[in-house]
Amino acid sequence: MQVPEEFWVIGAEVARPGKAAAARTLHVRNGAVEAWIDDPDWRPEHGQVLDANGLLMIPGICDLHVHLRDPGLTYKEDIETGTRAAVASGVTSVVCLANTQPVNDCPEVTQYIRERARTVGWARVLPVSAATIGLEGKELAPYGLMREAGCVAVSDDGNTVPVAGVMRRVLEYAASLDLPVLPHCEDRSVRAGGVMNAGPVAVRLGLPGNPREAEEIALARDILLARLTGAHLHVQHVTTAGGVELIRRAREDGVRITAEVCPHHLFLTDEAVEELGTHAKMAPPLRTAHDVEVLRQALADGIIDAIATDHAPHAPHEKDQPFEAAPDGIIGLETLLPLALRLVDEDVLDLPTLVERLTAAPRRVLGQKPAPLSEGEPADFALIDRKLHWRYDAASGCSRSRNSPFDGWDFEGRVVMTFVDGVCRWNLHESGQSVESSPWRPVQGVASS
Amino acid sequence: MPDLLGLRGVAGEQILAWIRHARAMQEILQRPVAKVPALRGRRIALMFFENSTRTRMSFELAAKSLGADVLNFSASGSSLAKGETILDTAKTISALGADCMVVRDGHSQMPAYLSQHLEEPVINAGDGTNEHPTQALLDLCVLAQLWQGRFEDRLLVIVGDVARSRVARSHLWAARALGHRVRLVGPRQFFEPGLVEAFGCELTSDLDAGLRGADAVMALRVQKERRQQGGPWLSSQLDYFRTYGLTRARLQQHGEAVPLLHPGPVNRAMELAPDLLYDADRSQIQTQVQTGVALRMAVLYWALGGSDEQIVERVHAGT
Repeated sequence: MQVPEEFWVIGAEVARPGKAAAARTLHVRNGAVEAWIDDPDWRPEHGQVLDANGLLMIPGICDLHVHLRDPGLTYKEDIETGTRAAVASGVTSVVCLANTQPVNDCPEVTQYIRERARTVGWARVLPVSAATIGLEGKELAPYGLMREAGCVAVSDDGNTVPVAGVMRRVLEYAASLDLPVLPHCEDRSVRAGGVMNAGPVAVRLGLPGNPREAEEIALARDILLARLTGAHLHVQHVTTAGGVELIRRAREDGVRITAEVCPHHLFLTDEAVEELGTHAKMAPPLRTAHDVEVLRQALADGIIDAIATDHAPHAPHEKDQPFEAAPDGIIGLETLLPLALRLVDEDVLDLPTLVERLTAAPRRVLGQKPAPLSEGEPADFALIDRKLHWRYDAASGCSRSRNSPFDGWDFEGRVVMTFVDGVCRWNLHESGQSVESSPWRPVQGVASS
Repeated sequence: MPDLLGLRGVAGEQILAWIRHARAMQEILQRPVAKVPALRGRRIALMFFENSTRTRMSFELAAKSLGADVLNFSASGSSLAKGETILDTAKTISALGADCMVVRDGHSQMPAYLSQHLEEPVINAGDGTNEHPTQALLDLCVLAQLWQGRFEDRLLVIVGDVARSRVARSHLWAARALGHRVRLVGPRQFFEPGLVEAFGCELTSDLDAGLRGADAVMALRVQKERRQQGGPWLSSQLDYFRTYGLTRARLQQHGEAVPLLHPGPVNRAMELAPDLLYDADRSQIQTQVQTGVALRMAVLYWALGGSDEQIVERVHAGT
């Protein structure tokens, strides 16, 4: 769909962080928000309008944790397919991790990612610099050059920096350049080769356990180092009740700490491994029902700031192996929004709070202006049909991979259009996806005065 | 297809049937010509992706004693070394005409995974830290003999490297089916979180307390080769032997001649005092090995021919 330089979106119920949802008209001009018009009956005298009556509008989602696999692992995903999966879920900013081949530890790789995103991407792509060269936990990556090339944060992700003294330097240097550090808190030596949550389910399956303490020990270490260095620590995918408690206390103590949680850790427990096999294998692993409860509450309370997917595509032949041999990780972009809406339907949190966790909080983590879709900001937004019933079919999704534990789940509510810089980058009705149950159709016309 | 992937979920009656059938097979093995044609013309593939001596030879002998042909596979020098996946290798062996796959692999759940992709029955000969069902079954044959066929209220004490032992895990499942108790004894490094919740078994790190009341004691080999990952599991051999090693004196404190089992291979002066290994009064180790062939005959026969008692009787009669 071609979108003109100036247009109005009328009739949508608008949910923005910290604001009560209300029917408003959005005026977009040259890719940015020109103005909001509160009077629901107001119509422009001339120009293009998009009738979004019956739809919910939210600011574009920022996903802090995505593996686009590009460069080097493009048989799993690439920048085109990964960002396509993003906009299908209303995600307009994709923060991509550094474990590509080659690793994003030099500005040339960052430049490649940015250039590919500009030419074939559907969403904004914000690369993360490796914390250490080659993710090896030894030498610092050139954060100054990386920031200049467009990196927004620093992380070795799943290659948790093993030595505390190295992590100290990572935090010091990142803090010098105002870059947040995103640790995957998991002590490898305590994990000791564990492949799922340590506990009775792992014992029954004969699989080595990955105890919660592996997460809590690494998290406690990094909190102390953040206190020492004054760096901004953004904890990736917290999974344990104990981890939540550590974050809460650290924040009370004045440590600069934020945290994210993944949708799968809010909906599944380690029992899922019995049924779903390797599509329920990821690190950190699925925990227990008690952890799910605590994580949900922490997200509602704001102890956990953001929802992020840890979208980790793997090819079918890689996941179709015995549990121990298969790689960690599941895809999550296309199920992000429907699962998030389910949190509202299950009364975990209200809609404005959810929108805050998906849009404003991640931007705050990255040091961006935390008021998306305010006047003058880019016109990044999604239009959602809350009444659309649909079934997620991973095989026919946008991602190149299909390793999802939510394959076959029924959802209520789906993104019908996503705009980035005022340009429509996702239109469900033109996407080839099945939409027979959707009553809404995009209607665009010239305003009648 | 009748797979034997583990003893998880296997009914006590089935276990007792295998034990009964193994006894019939044992009689065949005692004949001058220890061979029957029950599985003549059937091909049994032994796919050992991990080293093994006794289990492999035991399966091979079992297959041959039933007249089957054996396809032997060894990982080194195979197409696996050329980068083929285990599944592709298994499918190739299947296409060659194997009727049954006996699988050992270092990954837990590998036999279960292969059975999802193969038509032929799959028998687990040990998978990672998960299960080693035929070893536990042959131990149970020995115990059935020692305990006059009554498992209820008996106490099997398993000493040693229990946490990641596939033998111990198969025994824990079997105990749930047969109704005897299992107590695990060893240093805490060997106890996986969740063991008690999963099995309701007893755990202790005090060897003398652990041996109390035992109706049989099984020592497990300390799997030094599995200790690459996860930090220092043990201090020294001497330290382990003094703390958790079984000696005649130690066993004597707990009644006359409590039977001693060990799935082998044995680390002498680590799990067992050197003189215990062939202690005729206690050690069941040679019996275990002999029983293993018969038990595996019973399992192979069941996998390929069915579990009908009459057929077993015919085997027994040598027809």
